[in-house]
Formats: sequence, C-alpha cells, structure tokens
Amino acid sequence: MFRFLLRRLALTLPTFVALMFVTFVAIRLVPGDPVEVRVGERGISPERLAMFRHELGLDQPVWKQFLDYCGQLLHGDFGTSLATNQKVLTEFAALFPATLELAAAGMLLAVLLGIPAGTIAAARRGSVYDQVLMGLSVTGYSMPIFWWGLLLIMFVAERWGLTPVSGRIDLIQFYFEPVTGFMVIDAWLSGQEGAVKDALHHLVLPAIVLGTIPLAVIARMTRSAMLEVLGEDYVRTARAKGLPPWRVVGLHALRNAMIPVVTIVGLQVGTLMAGAVLTETIFSWPGVGKWLIESISRRDYPALQGGVMLISSIVIGVNLLVDLAYGLLNPRIRHG
Amino acid sequence: MTRFPSVRLAVAAAALLAFGAAAQAKTLVYCSEGSPENFTPALNTTGTSFDAARPVYDKLTHFVRGSTEVQPGLAESWTVSPDGRVFTFKLRKGVKFHSGVNGFKPTRDFNADDVLFSFERQWKADHPYAKVSGGKYDYFADMGLAQDLESLEKLDPYTVRMTLKRANVTMIANLAMDFAAIHSAEYADFLAKSNRKEQFDQVPVGTGPFSFVAYQKDAVIRYKANPAYWGAEKALVDGLVYAITPDPTARYSKLKAGECHFAVAPRPADLPEMQKDPKLQVISKPGLNIAYWAFNNQKAPFDKKDVRLAFNMAIDKAAIIRDVYLGAGQAAKNLIPPTMWAYDDKIKPIAYDPAKAKELLAKAGVKTPLEIDLWYMPVQRPYNPNSKRIAEMMQADLAKIGVNAKLVTYEWGEYRKRMQQGEHMTGMLGWNGDNGDPDNFFFLHGCDAARAGGQNLAKWCNKEFDERLEKARATPDHKTRLKLYQEMQAIEAADVPDMKLAHSVVYEVMRKEVTGYKQSPFFSHEFTGVSLK
Repeated sequence: MFRFLLRRLALTLPTFVALMFVTFVAIRLVPGDPVEVRVGERGISPERLAMFRHELGLDQPVWKQFLDYCGQLLHGDFGTSLATNQKVLTEFAALFPATLELAAAGMLLAVLLGIPAGTIAAARRGSVYDQVLMGLSVTGYSMPIFWWGLLLIMFVAERWGLTPVSGRIDLIQFYFEPVTGFMVIDAWLSGQEGAVKDALHHLVLPAIVLGTIPLAVIARMTRSAMLEVLGEDYVRTARAKGLPPWRVVGLHALRNAMIPVVTIVGLQVGTLMAGAVLTETIFSWPGVGKWLIESISRRDYPALQGGVMLISSIVIGVNLLVDLAYGLLNPRIRHG
Repeated sequence: MTRFPSVRLAVAAAALLAFGAAAQAKTLVYCSEGSPENFTPALNTTGTSFDAARPVYDKLTHFVRGSTEVQPGLAESWTVSPDGRVFTFKLRKGVKFHSGVNGFKPTRDFNADDVLFSFERQWKADHPYAKVSGGKYDYFADMGLAQDLESLEKLDPYTVRMTLKRANVTMIANLAMDFAAIHSAEYADFLAKSNRKEQFDQVPVGTGPFSFVAYQKDAVIRYKANPAYWGAEKALVDGLVYAITPDPTARYSKLKAGECHFAVAPRPADLPEMQKDPKLQVISKPGLNIAYWAFNNQKAPFDKKDVRLAFNMAIDKAAIIRDVYLGAGQAAKNLIPPTMWAYDDKIKPIAYDPAKAKELLAKAGVKTPLEIDLWYMPVQRPYNPNSKRIAEMMQADLAKIGVNAKLVTYEWGEYRKRMQQGEHMTGMLGWNGDNGDPDNFFFLHGCDAARAGGQNLAKWCNKEFDERLEKARATPDHKTRLKLYQEMQAIEAADVPDMKLAHSVVYEVMRKEVTGYKQSPFFSHEFTGVSLK
C-alpha cells in the first residue's frame, strides 16, 4: 500500500510542474498585459511604463520570471493580486467556501438523482424507462452550461417567480457577517427568521445547473456498473433463492456496483470546478470561478496563476484520494 | 473558521438590529457590474471603483449632478491669480467625518490638514501612506498634477493655497474628479497607530452623503445615509446597497424581479424590450467622448484641405451610426460632445456627398485609384463598439470615389504608440473625457501634441487654434473661455483636420419607482437626491 502511495505521489509531481508551466505561458500568450489594461486613450509616459513593468517583474526575461514564480510557490507564496494588493491566498480562502457550497449542493443533487436513475435504467434494461433516462442523460451531458443557466433563469426565476434570479441571499432583507463562508450555515447561525430558506432558495438553480453534467455521468456509470454486476453469478444465485427483485438489485448488486461509481464521483471534482466558473458568472455567485473570470479581464497574472494552481491542486488532491480509496476498496489495483 | 465566534455574532446581531430597523425604511439597491479594487479613488482607474467610493467622499469642488458644470464642494469659494497659476481655497467649516466606521470616532471637523493629507499622499514619495496599497496614483500623474504642482500650503486651518508651475485653470474641474476625494488625516493616523494602514483603503471614512457599512467581495457593498451631511442635496434613502452582478443578463433579470432598482450598463439588444416594460424607465445621454478618424496632415495628399474635406464627404456617417452603433450613438460635428459647456451647435455638419467628394479630389490633383492605409482599433472602446466593422464600411464608401483603403491594426498598446508616432496615413481612435472641461478635449489638437509621440493624431498644428488653446487655459474668466472655445470650433470646422465620427450614447435603466436620478455625462453613478416612490 505504501509503495502504491509513493508511486502515485511521484506521478503527481510532474503533473504540477507541467501545470505551472502551462498556466504561466498561456496567461502570457493573451494579448495585452496588466500595465496596458490600466492605460486608456491617454497612453502612458515611457518612464512610468518602465517603472510599473519593473515593479511587476515584467521587464525580466520570461524564463527568469518563471523561475522566480516557482521559487515563490515553493515557499507557499501564491503572490499578490495586482487588482487589490491582497494576497492571492487570502482572497481565494475568502471566496472558496462559496464555490464549495455550490459544488457540494450540485454533487448532492447529482448523486441523489443519478444513482436511482442509473439503477432503474439497468434493472429495466431496454424498457421505455431505460430509453427515456438515458436520452435525458445524453441531453444533460451535452447541454451548454451557459444556455442551460439562462434558460432556467428565464423560466423558473423570471416567468414563474419560483426562485430568485441570482446571488446567495436577499440582500435587502437579511444582513449578517459571514462566519463560515457557507451561506446556508451562516444563515442558520444568524438565527434570522427565513434566512436559511432564502439561502436555499438562492442555491437551488445554480446547483441544478452545476449538477447537470455530473448527474448525467453518474447515471450512465451506475447503469453500466449495474448491468455488469447483474450478470454475475452471485446475483443469479440470489434470484434463484427467490429473493424479491428490489432486494436483489438494491442490496446485493448495488453495493458492488458502487465501487466504480464512487471513483467517478471523485473524478467529477474537475468537472465541477470547470462548471463553477460559468455557473458562478451567470448567477453572480461570489466564488473563485467568477473571481478567475474577472482576473482574466484585468490581466491580473498573480491572481490567475495562483487561482488556477490552487484549484488544480484541489482537483489533483481529490483525485489522489479517490485513487487511494479505490486501492483500499479493490486489492487488485494496488498489486497491478 | 468553524469555531463559534460569539463575539462576532454579538457584533453581527447588533449591526443587524440597527440594520433591521433600517430595513423597514427605504433601501435603494443598485446592480453594479463588478467589485471595486478598493475604496480610495486616487489608487484606481476604473469607473467601477469610482462608483463604489463616490457615496462616501466629497471633493474640494463638485460637478453639479448630471452636468459638467463645477460648483463649490468642501471648498466654499476660491480665487485664481490673474496668471492662472495660484489657487486659494476657502474651506467649508463645520463639516463632520463619518463616525463609528471601523471603530473610528473623529475628534475634530474637516480642515486644511485633510486636504494636505489627501494630495500629499499622491504627490510625495516619502509620505507615510505613499506606498500603502500599491501606491500607484495614475490620475494624479495623468491630470498633470505630479508634473505641474509647485506647492500646496496651509495658510490657516481653513485656507489652502495651491501653486502650479504653469497656468492651468482647468485645475478647478480636475479637483472635482474622483481621484481628488478628501480623506480624513485623523483616521489615517488612527490606523497607523494600531498598525492597520492597509485598512485605510478597504474601510473608507469620508464626509460624503453616505457612510460605509460593509463590503463582501464579489457580493455586496452596504452604505447608510449620513444624517450629518452638510450638502444641500442629501441622501433621500436610509440605506444604499450595491449588489455586485457582473452579467448584464442577470442584472436585467434582477431588475425585472425587483431585486434591484437600478442596473448599470444594459445590453443594447435588451433596450427595445426594456423601453416597452411599464415597470421600467430607460434614460439616455451622449457620453463625454468622441470617436474620430484622423488624417495624417503631414503625409500627402492629406496636407491638402480639399482632400480632407473630400474624405469627410465620401463617408456615409448615418449608416455607421445606424448599423454599428445600433442607435446608441450620435453623429459628431465638433471635437467636444454636446453635453459639454462651450459646445457650438451652430457649426454645420459636413453632408454625405460622394459626387462632390470626387470633384474635390480631382480639383486637388489627386490621381485615382489612390492607395491609402486605414488603421482600426483592435479593441472595443466606450466610444466605438466595433472599429473593424466601421473600417470595412468606410473601405466600401471610399472605393466609390476611387480610393483603395488597406485595413491595418496592431495590438492595442502597440497601435496607440505607432499612431502617436505618426506611422499611419489615416486611422481611428477616440477620447473619453475626464473632467468635463473643454481643454481636456481640445488639447488633442494643440501643436504641442502634434509632435512625434504626441496625442494629436492628425499631426495638425494650426497657429490660430493653438494660440487660443493656450490663452483659454490661462484665463479664469468663464465668458472669455467660452468665446475662445467657440472660435476654435469654427477654425477646426474650416480646416477639417480629421473626420468626427460619433459620440456614443449611454443608456441607463431603472425601475419606475426610482425618482430624482440624474444621468451623469461622466457615466458615473450618484445616488444623492434619489428616492423610491
């Protein structure tokens, strides 16, 4: 087990370095730079331009900038945002709970709906249920997040007035200081009448939008894992013993079918983070995704690099944990 | 983080009770487009940050709400020396700074020390606050203060004297700009003592109509009315909330749902629908800007006036306004926009007349087909939604008079640099006004700016024009300046250094229950004097 862990960690390191390099270069390939963005029609005197560039280290050769940046990261320093002069890590920590809350809600939705949907489809293989569920899953998987979000806002929020349009809480009615950064928990802590309900109300649409793709993936995965398990000998035995079908499927088969599904759930973290960028932008959800988008338009190099690195670290970290968990669940992997 | 922070909860509960009481009262919600960088305008360059700081601060002089006219602010009066270099400001007495923000209780009223603090921070590199929050004071440098300020003295607690190295009466208008906001020197000391200097720009204290309550990045800024405000125009709502909503579609949705009363920057595509909605009101005003097409007067054949005039006649401006600006633009005939004082409406626009244009070219001895280059901007700007599309339309119009235009563009920074060097034959750019003073536009056609590297992209240097420009800059008398600027507009109209394209029209949208809002020519948002029915 220990050797397996080491091997996985050793694989993670090059991933990180490659990632650092790619973000660093990609950001610099975008035309315009932080200094140019600040300058309008007026232009800027060459002296001041040189001064700014020097302060930001942009006058150094790119390889030197990259090495400096690597050195910084090794010290756990993710740099300082050009836009706000705050530490990138501090900004990220302040915004990440919002993203986490949204991602958790989206994932919860995906698991609660995806596993039953996949199970039903597998148990009734080839039936109308199966076809409809799998059709929906393909649709959900290929739905552009932006369009899906706007569609829901248009109908659910505007036309039918069932949910608020955007944000995390009704700003006029409720006012409390963030304690945990999770709006639903903070609302509960505030003890204000109706605050929790309002926070949940705000959460529901973005969670649906963000959870759609993972939901589709989990449903399909559950279905195929179930089908595989349902063909196994022990299931046949259980059936032969005359156990009712729901016990066969729900207890015997589902337990073993869950192993690959758990892995998939872990691997969806990347999808969730990518989806959060768009979802947060549409719903004005103040998380790290929206912050990244704003940093792009400001050419805020440190915030972008730091943000991408932090999010990627989280994704890579979670994937590593999933692998380990899988290794524990399934002995065949570690000795492979 | 997950500990149960009873102290903070108690504080939150107290704030809540206070706010809860206010929640029964009127709260105005403004859907803004983004998070401010901080609350010190001098450090910033974006309208988003200026809008966020504006409720909190006053300046020495103020723009009359909805106009470019300057009125007294924290300076109740001033005198200008005859040579236009020395300004003496009499400060207003009895003005209170906000009390209770960030634990700060002012012990004295606003006075000259606060004025000195606010400007010296931007001016002197050894000032204790000079380096705080990055310490880049772009506007202070851009408006010529860094260069031209000779001295700033406190003559007594309520008199400040500012001396410039050269005449510049537009300084009075400059001081009404956001970067010239007056901060509390006492608050700065208070934070320095407890080693919290960086909070100075994050938790603002001013003398303005609203005081700061709280800010959550990317979510919300809260203010409350300042009952002790000195001004004639006060806050008419008890609370003001900026709901930060970057997506224009989301802003529109919130507006319809009544989650905000006022939304910034509506999408042009949504305007027709907004105008039909009985719950909303849409207002508009030409922005303080100009889009122009410069001819390099130092390159043949554009050294001939007739050629420049012909090019003006060859372009169907109305089609550009209709198809590219989609109605959110107004054809320009002067360099300054119509919302600015000194605008001369008597100037005749040049009519679209391709036949006449052809004649003029022949008269000037230009052989067709003529090959020229036409530079267009690589980016969208407030005054020009799509430079490339305009260039293509111009290219088609020019072909009709026997001119082949080659389209050229560069990366934005590079583009400006090369144009200023005068590498182009013809090219588009524009200008966004800063301080509402005509000089802030007309300097673009001064001889000083016509040098290589200068901002006069027509490279047009007209002695008649230039003399008046310098004179108007040194004349405190408003009437004299008005006359000079009108003469300058006539000179330009006669000599046609370039083609004036358009001033973009800025739309604002709010709910019907909002009353008393006045649209600013600066595209800044102000909520004093605004109420809810």
